[in-house]
Amino acid sequence: MESLDALLLARVQFAFTLSAHIIFPAFSIGLASYLAVLNGLWLLSGRGVFLNLFDYWKKIFAVAFGMGVVSGVVMTYQFGTNWSVFSDRTGPVLGPLMAYEVLAAFFLEAGFLGIMLFGRERVGPKLHFFATLMVALGTLLSAFWILAANSWMHTPAGYALNDAGQFIVTNWWAVIFNPSFPYRLVHMVLASYLTTAFVVGAVGAHHLLKGRAVRQDNSADRTMFSMAMWMATAVAPLQILAGDLHGLNTLEHQPAKIAAMEGHFETRAGAPLILFGIPNASEERIGYAISVPKLGSLILTHDPNGVVRGLKEWPKHERPPVGIVFWSFRIMMAIGFAMLGIGAWSLFLRYQRRLYDSPWMHRAAVLMGPSGFAALLAGWFTTEIGRQPYTVYGLMTTAESVSAIDAAAVGASLATFIVVYFAIFGAGTFYILRLMRRPPEPAEPGLPADEPIQAAGLMPGPVLSRAKRGAAT
Amino acid sequence: MTLDLPLIWAGLLAFSVLVYVILDGFDLGIGILFPFVRTETARDQMMNSVAPVWDGNQTWLVLGGGGLFAVFPLAYAVIMPALYAPITVMLLALIFRGVAFEYRWKTRRGKFLWDGSFAGGSILATFAQGIALGALVQGIPVANRAYAGGWWDWLTPFSVLTGAALVVGYALLGATWLIYKTEGELQRAAYRFAWIAGGGTLALIGIVSLWTPFLNANYMARWFGWPQVLYVIPVPLLVALCALALYRGLSAKRQLMPFLASLGLFILSFVGLVISFFPYIVPSSVTIWSAAAPDDSLSFTLVGAAVLLPLILLYTIHAYWVFRGKVGATGGYR
Repeated sequence: MESLDALLLARVQFAFTLSAHIIFPAFSIGLASYLAVLNGLWLLSGRGVFLNLFDYWKKIFAVAFGMGVVSGVVMTYQFGTNWSVFSDRTGPVLGPLMAYEVLAAFFLEAGFLGIMLFGRERVGPKLHFFATLMVALGTLLSAFWILAANSWMHTPAGYALNDAGQFIVTNWWAVIFNPSFPYRLVHMVLASYLTTAFVVGAVGAHHLLKGRAVRQDNSADRTMFSMAMWMATAVAPLQILAGDLHGLNTLEHQPAKIAAMEGHFETRAGAPLILFGIPNASEERIGYAISVPKLGSLILTHDPNGVVRGLKEWPKHERPPVGIVFWSFRIMMAIGFAMLGIGAWSLFLRYQRRLYDSPWMHRAAVLMGPSGFAALLAGWFTTEIGRQPYTVYGLMTTAESVSAIDAAAVGASLATFIVVYFAIFGAGTFYILRLMRRPPEPAEPGLPADEPIQAAGLMPGPVLSRAKRGAAT
Repeated sequence: MTLDLPLIWAGLLAFSVLVYVILDGFDLGIGILFPFVRTETARDQMMNSVAPVWDGNQTWLVLGGGGLFAVFPLAYAVIMPALYAPITVMLLALIFRGVAFEYRWKTRRGKFLWDGSFAGGSILATFAQGIALGALVQGIPVANRAYAGGWWDWLTPFSVLTGAALVVGYALLGATWLIYKTEGELQRAAYRFAWIAGGGTLALIGIVSLWTPFLNANYMARWFGWPQVLYVIPVPLLVALCALALYRGLSAKRQLMPFLASLGLFILSFVGLVISFFPYIVPSSVTIWSAAAPDDSLSFTLVGAAVLLPLILLYTIHAYWVFRGKVGATGGYR
């Protein structure tokens, strides 16, 4: 019993530290690409508003990136402390993928971040744009490697087992481009883009609402709001499509997860789509279900009378916990469709030329500001809890993966992590919100060169020193 | 001809850890000395002297941890649970000191809080690293490819001693770095710190070195067996030379020599550890070869490392070159 408690605590600790970490990289991935687009538009059009927005958002990017780095260091060690058996057995496969992630991130940090943040005046706009592109590429490269590792755990491929029980690689190509990887990568990158778009949209909408009467020039507010709404209009439907394809891929490789997401206990033809209900795992049914007949089969098998497998196909100890998965999936879906609605609404207002004069639209956009983070976490909860009881799907269980740890040790460290993270990342979020509360100015200042900033990494060097020397002479 | 990939990787990882220790060592040392400096401008100056480089320094720790997982998964899987508490404390302490660099400048009311978090985080992270090192040196029992010891094994008089030794040693690196990077009042204070920390570091290196061979028969044979002693005798001789250079540098009020001499002490202590450990990666349970992932994984990772590590090193050297010279009270990136 004691080992079970330690296992649960270790899982909670991993979920907590990873959830706290993932929101920063997800925001950085989207924001890095947004900054590259702003920079490119400025070079193309020469309109100062894009430059102002670039300088506005890069300050926020710097803080968010810094917090991503800080919380990421913890993840590097978490595998070993709490999941040592997993580390030993999967190390030959996953270790190199993660090493490439670290190297990519390190390279990005070392190479181009400083130039992007501080260097436009020094290296010229073209090279500066190149650095911005490289930063965006670097964040995507990080996502590539880490999602390859994660996807391999869901759909292992290209491996063999050695005498020590370790997974070893027979084909790197098959390991990296494992069956679920392309779907997961697209789904996650689009999620990052949507998350960032809704944050940007909320900030734009907030300043449009507040500045209605006072501010003379709100072109920056308008531009960022409009860009964000274009993203919502275009990417939300794409994301729903990508999610559907990912779901079909999951049905093929992890049908038990789909059964839990859909709330299907019975295997049947013409399965309904359960919209809401209360999953009852012990009685193996969904209580108070509101469902649409046959739609479940239609979505999953593209045939209204297709057969969909239910959880009863698997013995109880091989089923994922249905309650959390059922709900987190619905939260993600609900937010996704709300995003679709916002996108459609904004398109309609745009068509009526009332996009910037519609307070209710703006209020809704502000309300939806953090929704991307909620959807992102709900999605990760769905896929990660849905693959239980396995860490390496079908091959290695979570219970086998854990270190021989003492519940007290894990509990104590978990409590400390929670306290520290809320203090530290609470403060960081407060500083980010303070930056967002101020509207972008017509001549938006850059980063203060006399304040250290973590995201400057290794390479503010050449740029800043010359900037300073130039200013002195 | 086949390459001994595990040995190459052991060398690369040892190099990463050494780079981490000497680079993050002096910026952690700045944090350790923070409580002994009272004036606000001096504190700003201290932080500015490492602000542009500390994050790059710390990234070597991520490379070390990530690299260990990638190439020596068994060692990673044994060491991390064995050092559970010190590693966790170190990570949390590093968070506190890391964000202090950025948050401290964002507030006036809360500045004292981030000062405290910088100093406390630095001291705690260093002490935890020293304890982890001591616990590793005294050996980690392994059974069935897993850590086979108890939850408090890391806490012994020896590991507490190495913890304290590392705090004093990093303080020496920090103090001599300040001598090099600052002038005036702060530099005079740094000379005083360096005298105290220098004496302390040498005394503690002596005690730890004499204690270590008694922990383990392998260490004893390596250091005192005949004729091996002939191969290892240069190490203590060079330590004495560095100690002399430190003494002369501080007496003659030289700017750079004390820092270089302190670096020498750290590098030699590290070489001493490598001599004691080899061929084990987890003394005396797991060797480099038994911990290594299959060659296929090692060579796959080596390709990336061979391209990127030299580039990263060049960047690092370039960044230090750019930030050469004295640091002022303002201007983190002068």
